[in-house]
Amino acid sequence: MSKVNELFNQSLKVTNVGLETFYQTVVEQNVSAVHVEWRPVAGGNARLAALLAKLNTIEIEEANKKAFDTMNNAEPVLTDIKFAYEVIEGMDKYTIGHAGPPLAWDDMCGPLQGAILGAIMYEGLSNSLEESEELVKSGKIKFRNNHSMGAVGPMTGMVTYSMPLWEVTNTSYGNKAYCAFNEGLGKVMRFGANGHEVIERLKWLETSLGPAMKKALAVSGPISLKVIVAKALAMGDEMHQRNTGASSLFVREIMKYLVQVVEDKAELLKITEFVTGNDQFFLNIAMATGKAICDPVKNIPNSTVVTTLSRNGTNFGIKISALGDQWFEAPVNQPKGLYFPGYSEEDANPDIGDSAIVETFGIGGFAMGSAPAVVRFVGASSVDEAIAYSKEMQDICVGLSPHFVIPTMNFVGTATAIDVRKVVETGSTPVINTGMAHKKPGIGQVGAGIVRAPLDCFIKSLEAFGDKYSQ
Amino acid sequence: MIHNIIKHNAYFDSVTLMLFSSKLGGISGVQEAAVMMGTDHNIELMKSSGILTEELASKVSANDLVIGIKAVSQEVIDLAIKTLDEQFENKNKSSDDSSKIKVKTIDAAVKKMDGLNFAIVSLPGRFAAAETMKCLKNGMHVLLFSDNITIDEENELKDYAVENNLLMMGPDCGTAIINGVALGFANVVRKGNIGLVAASGTGLQELTVIIDKLGGGISQALGTGGRDLKKDIGGKMMLLALDALANDPETQVIGIVSKPPAKEVMVKILDKVKTIAKPVVACFLGGDPSLVEGTDTIATETIEEAAKQLVKLSKGELTTDLQLYSEEELNGLVESEVSKLQGQKYLRGLYTGGTLAYEGMLILDAKVGDIYSNIAMNKEFGLKDVEVSLENTVLDMGDDYFTDGMPHPMIEPKLRSERIKKEASDPETAVILLDCVLGYGSHEDPAGAVSAAVQQAKELQSNRHVTYIASVCGTEKDPQVLSDQVEKLKNAGIIVLPTNAQAAQLAARILERL
Repeated sequence: MSKVNELFNQSLKVTNVGLETFYQTVVEQNVSAVHVEWRPVAGGNARLAALLAKLNTIEIEEANKKAFDTMNNAEPVLTDIKFAYEVIEGMDKYTIGHAGPPLAWDDMCGPLQGAILGAIMYEGLSNSLEESEELVKSGKIKFRNNHSMGAVGPMTGMVTYSMPLWEVTNTSYGNKAYCAFNEGLGKVMRFGANGHEVIERLKWLETSLGPAMKKALAVSGPISLKVIVAKALAMGDEMHQRNTGASSLFVREIMKYLVQVVEDKAELLKITEFVTGNDQFFLNIAMATGKAICDPVKNIPNSTVVTTLSRNGTNFGIKISALGDQWFEAPVNQPKGLYFPGYSEEDANPDIGDSAIVETFGIGGFAMGSAPAVVRFVGASSVDEAIAYSKEMQDICVGLSPHFVIPTMNFVGTATAIDVRKVVETGSTPVINTGMAHKKPGIGQVGAGIVRAPLDCFIKSLEAFGDKYSQ
Repeated sequence: MIHNIIKHNAYFDSVTLMLFSSKLGGISGVQEAAVMMGTDHNIELMKSSGILTEELASKVSANDLVIGIKAVSQEVIDLAIKTLDEQFENKNKSSDDSSKIKVKTIDAAVKKMDGLNFAIVSLPGRFAAAETMKCLKNGMHVLLFSDNITIDEENELKDYAVENNLLMMGPDCGTAIINGVALGFANVVRKGNIGLVAASGTGLQELTVIIDKLGGGISQALGTGGRDLKKDIGGKMMLLALDALANDPETQVIGIVSKPPAKEVMVKILDKVKTIAKPVVACFLGGDPSLVEGTDTIATETIEEAAKQLVKLSKGELTTDLQLYSEEELNGLVESEVSKLQGQKYLRGLYTGGTLAYEGMLILDAKVGDIYSNIAMNKEFGLKDVEVSLENTVLDMGDDYFTDGMPHPMIEPKLRSERIKKEASDPETAVILLDCVLGYGSHEDPAGAVSAAVQQAKELQSNRHVTYIASVCGTEKDPQVLSDQVEKLKNAGIIVLPTNAQAAQLAARILERL
């Protein structure tokens, strides 16, 4: 039978592209229908539309499926605490790892410069911010982007020689990823603060909490992070803005080992207060988890899946699978959100941090539907709006996670493996939940909100991919 | 001036409270405001912002809600407190939008719903072809409503569709009924054994509606788009649709409505009809009947005539002729209208449906000749300024000139209403001829809009009588309900006839007497 005659014997299932009245018309007649809220491909840019048409191939589809599977097959486990000097190649006291794509000192924003000046003091290379700045100006300080060192860091993302780092191992592929400890809220180095108490706290992390955690993990053995992330999604976390459930789960897991390995009761109390007193304690572990999940996705030939989303406060940088470690950058956007008393949008620094690695594997802003409590950071007030963000992200991803599901969305998986083609096609860019630093160095956090990745870096990556693909 | 409120053991999450704080901060006259849980960190923040006194600070615990407002006056503080109370009481309204299934791309739609087999595309022309091809490649049959598609694009789409045996209705296809579902602009009509294919939207609507009024029913009603029968396209979709109807066991009789095809296309169609074992009735509007003479195809001049032939073939007999008025009554009507006119001479036909306008123009041209129009067949009678009617004028108000940047008059009747008033105030206007298209896709109350316009127009006629004649293209089952719509027109003093052809014929009879 011809296809037209087959149609005459089927129930109509309609997609409507364009005027919504035609959608309503068929729905009124009890016909199943999907409405496409269509926008011009690539914002009506004919050159990009043509490029996208050219890149609509089975070869790329298959490569992206492989990238998606690689993400889903990851088995991230927390294995150890290592000092940066132990595991980062070429690390010395004069090397400072920072968030985002590489950039020169003069191009750095206030908080990033502030954090670096503090980090130099923390490493004992100077006794004052002025001395630190002289060292920077002398050219002795080497800046490296964290991603190039196998590490990630939230906000300014300082990773230096003496810092203890969480080590997450992806046992499916054998790769490891690192992230420093979360310092808590308020005046902290990740928000660019660099005062005495900031450096004191970092020293304590290095000498007390870090070693204690290392010993505890030696007793506990590897801890499955996939399980914690999945459970926390069911507890209302999206693990970027909100880590309340994940932090609690982790503390519940680790406490019985910590009490075995810390002899001094007073110190044990201090450690307990610290790890139980910070809702965002798990964030840094979630970030190392993201890095461990995303790194094996790199260098899959013909794949347009995003393997890195990261910001240095000046530029937003992304990497895509087929193009390995090449950065594609565009100026960062200003987050929108809510401010602590005494602060306003004028005080906030533009978007910064490696923390968008969690969005890269489908949680954070992508899982906002599971964390209705955080949607109000955008000034909206309904759970539907949180769910709408998670649904929108489905449009730019290869598929849905089989492991990480959103209870409030009937247990649908989180959108996973961002396809650059779909981002450019729809103009819908990844949504990222984020903290906001004061734009001046040394002050710290002023609020929290959400931010969109800028479209331009996705366009640049697609163009570079197109050039390579056509050769 | 600083005001503090402490609510003991009242927990709110910090996001809610930051939202409240920002609401308070937005009140003019408030210098600083914070609503926070009384943790040590927050208390420090509030103290350093100067909105919490040392004395109060010592009294709060982490489980207390602390409010601090610094403002220029007591009035502002009172307003802030009132605002805050409203915020606490405010229950968030959640709009349940889950019944609507919406996505952003065709790929996402395909993933969203298994087995999509049909697409309606109504995007701006320059984007529509590419998206239509995506639908076809996903195995969907397509109704392409958009216009401004190039000939090359149309050929590319139709070639792909023909190769893959898919319907590619359009571009510029407004109407189809498939498996009883009205798509685009279409009426709710009885199911039956008459299969239709049309190169025009309102032509197909009028045909399905008259068939329904005559007691017949529709198996499938397919569109091809207005250009399909031109030489450049070669009738690709017409031929595919005829094959489909020929092979459809539900279809016993086949009807075609279109403007006359190009010669070489006509040959192809007639050859195709020869291969079909079912009777075929064709209405090539304005075409020379000799074109189909000596073939198996039954030719008719009007859509009404085509409907009658089809129903006769479908049921073996015709039980109604749709004549609302006897010949005598019609004569009486003509006499009465002519006697009320005071030296006015001309007709103004103001149509929302393109094919209805074309049919009306043909009928009038045959009877009284020299009809000016924006869709004139003879260039001599093309209107130079569409805004100004000349002598006898018929306008298709759904034509590009009127729809540029405006919704189609079948959806938004305002433009036609304005034109009705304009023509009524012209002292030369004797007859205003109108259509009123019902069905899915159309305005919710087109007759109501026409009636309102006619009532306003009568005030502009300064004691002159103008004859208003209309037909309604619709059925009782249409959302607007035929009888309700007819009633509204009659109440406004409009003569209503059951078909466009009859309306145009009555208008012609009046004109012949002027």
